[in-house]
Amino acid sequence: MEMSQTRNLTLNFGPQHPAAHGVLRMVLELDGEVVERVDSHVGLLHRGTEKLIEHKTYLQAIPYFDRLDYVAPMNQEHAFTLAIEKLLGLEVPPRGQYIRVLFCEIGRLLSHLLNVTTQAMDVGALTPPLWGFEEREKLMVFYERASGSRMHAAYFRPGGVHQDLPAGLAEDIYQFCETFPSVLADIEQLITDNRIFKQRNVDIGVVSAQEAFELGFTGVMVRGSGVAWDLRRAQPYEVYSDLEFDIPIGKHGDCYDRYLVRIEEMLQSVSIIKQCLDKMPGGPVVSTDHKITPPRRGEMKTSMEALIHHFKLYTEGFHVPEGEVYAAVEAPKGEFGVYLVSDGSNKPYRCKIRAPGFPHLAAMEFMAKGHMLADVAAIIGSLDVVFGEIDR
Amino acid sequence: MENEALIELGEHIVSSLEQEVSGFHISYGELTVEARADQIVSVLNFMKRDATCNFSTLIDLCGVDYPARSQRFDVVYHLLSLHQNQRVRVKVSTDEETQVPSVVEVYAAANWYEREAFDLYGILFSDHPDLRRLLTDYGFDGHPLRKDFPLTGHVELRYDDELKRVVYEPVSLTQEFRTFDFMSPWEGADYILQGDEKADDTGKES
Repeated sequence: MEMSQTRNLTLNFGPQHPAAHGVLRMVLELDGEVVERVDSHVGLLHRGTEKLIEHKTYLQAIPYFDRLDYVAPMNQEHAFTLAIEKLLGLEVPPRGQYIRVLFCEIGRLLSHLLNVTTQAMDVGALTPPLWGFEEREKLMVFYERASGSRMHAAYFRPGGVHQDLPAGLAEDIYQFCETFPSVLADIEQLITDNRIFKQRNVDIGVVSAQEAFELGFTGVMVRGSGVAWDLRRAQPYEVYSDLEFDIPIGKHGDCYDRYLVRIEEMLQSVSIIKQCLDKMPGGPVVSTDHKITPPRRGEMKTSMEALIHHFKLYTEGFHVPEGEVYAAVEAPKGEFGVYLVSDGSNKPYRCKIRAPGFPHLAAMEFMAKGHMLADVAAIIGSLDVVFGEIDR
Repeated sequence: MENEALIELGEHIVSSLEQEVSGFHISYGELTVEARADQIVSVLNFMKRDATCNFSTLIDLCGVDYPARSQRFDVVYHLLSLHQNQRVRVKVSTDEETQVPSVVEVYAAANWYEREAFDLYGILFSDHPDLRRLLTDYGFDGHPLRKDFPLTGHVELRYDDELKRVVYEPVSLTQEFRTFDFMSPWEGADYILQGDEKADDTGKES
């Protein structure tokens, strides 16, 4: 009998695939159902953000950062404002720092809620996303009450945040923190011990700590592999050094451990939010250096100086001293960094955005090789990719 | 105190790699090491393996364009040591033709970053396993992040209902792209006043 000829099947995964988390196109080479080669085609959402930023003043560039990882917008703005502040040597008043940390942790909840529940959806569960999105909606209302916008906030400004919290918001966020852990417990009850979820995620996409370093992983992707690395603890920025929180780590570095790490991080975030609300001091929320930050509306009605500052800031913008800095924050997805080169003018000379999802997705071939086709969806789910930041 | 540790680290790197590294400087609390482009692989190899450096992770790799220089591109490597909790920036410069050795062998994460730098700046990396475009469109022409590439690009595309496909056309702007010069006239733009050459001469002399 003659051996039948077999050849590998090339399969186009995406760009319109519900498990691709956006516009990912992958060319998969399959031997039967086993993945042999993964060729990711990204860039379908490339908008040239870095080029556009070079043509905008520093203040005009901030909204672009909301549109990177649109799941947790303020965390991105944070890295950019930190970079500007580093160049300017600008101090943020304590209340501004606490508000920033508060909203960064809300961003972490937003991102993890979306990821954890859609990861469950990728492997077949439909209820968790519905429950998770209900909570996300509440958090986005907090965003809206503080900044006026549910997602594209542009709330973090060089020197602090745009406006103080409106009356009653702090109490409502505290109220949310009281009820959220029980909602999370409900979601967990559906997923954590679920037989199907475990079968699809345990021992899938295993990454050892050494491999994680090699592949440039940060955030949950290294913590899931058992490395207690968190920029909030290792290189604290804002008031993180005054806050108490634990860094959850995984043991096996598989998709299931990364899921567990995210769940625990959400609980830690809730605790950080509560601490922020308890400790938040009074005072200004933004630096009073009016060469950088705009004056209050009321001042402008009476003070000529304030009016001139306002006009100059919104036309010419402020000049940033020459130099280059790299500022990074622990975004929900990992280390989000901004490499900012200034030539001393009112526009950035170069603004490289280091998106955490970029190296994670680049490692897709490494992680998916030898796995079944169905596992590809689970691995993408646990990578937590958002194409706004990968394609930029 | 932070700076002392950085100076120590910088001196350690420079003294261990006398041939490969041309110097280091510290600004804004960050250490920048300048290296020779053709030696970048051994520089990064040293930084990864050396016990004092131990920079296990390549955080970022990107290009920067300075069109006025003869070596117009900088390739900037950001390294992070999770063990020492330390960061370093390594810079090399190159031009449009000279290839920079790829560091994929040292850090696997460099693969996509180098593809990105090639795509956006046209920086060539030798020995890269798969140097294709990454972010731009299939069949894209040019390198968009170069300073001489126009912000609006060269082509625009639309769906043609008659041809039943997407067609590419040269960009036509209904309004000229406007770049405002907000610099103060005393320190910013150099305005040319017709018939005022004499005033200019005297201005230069004084």
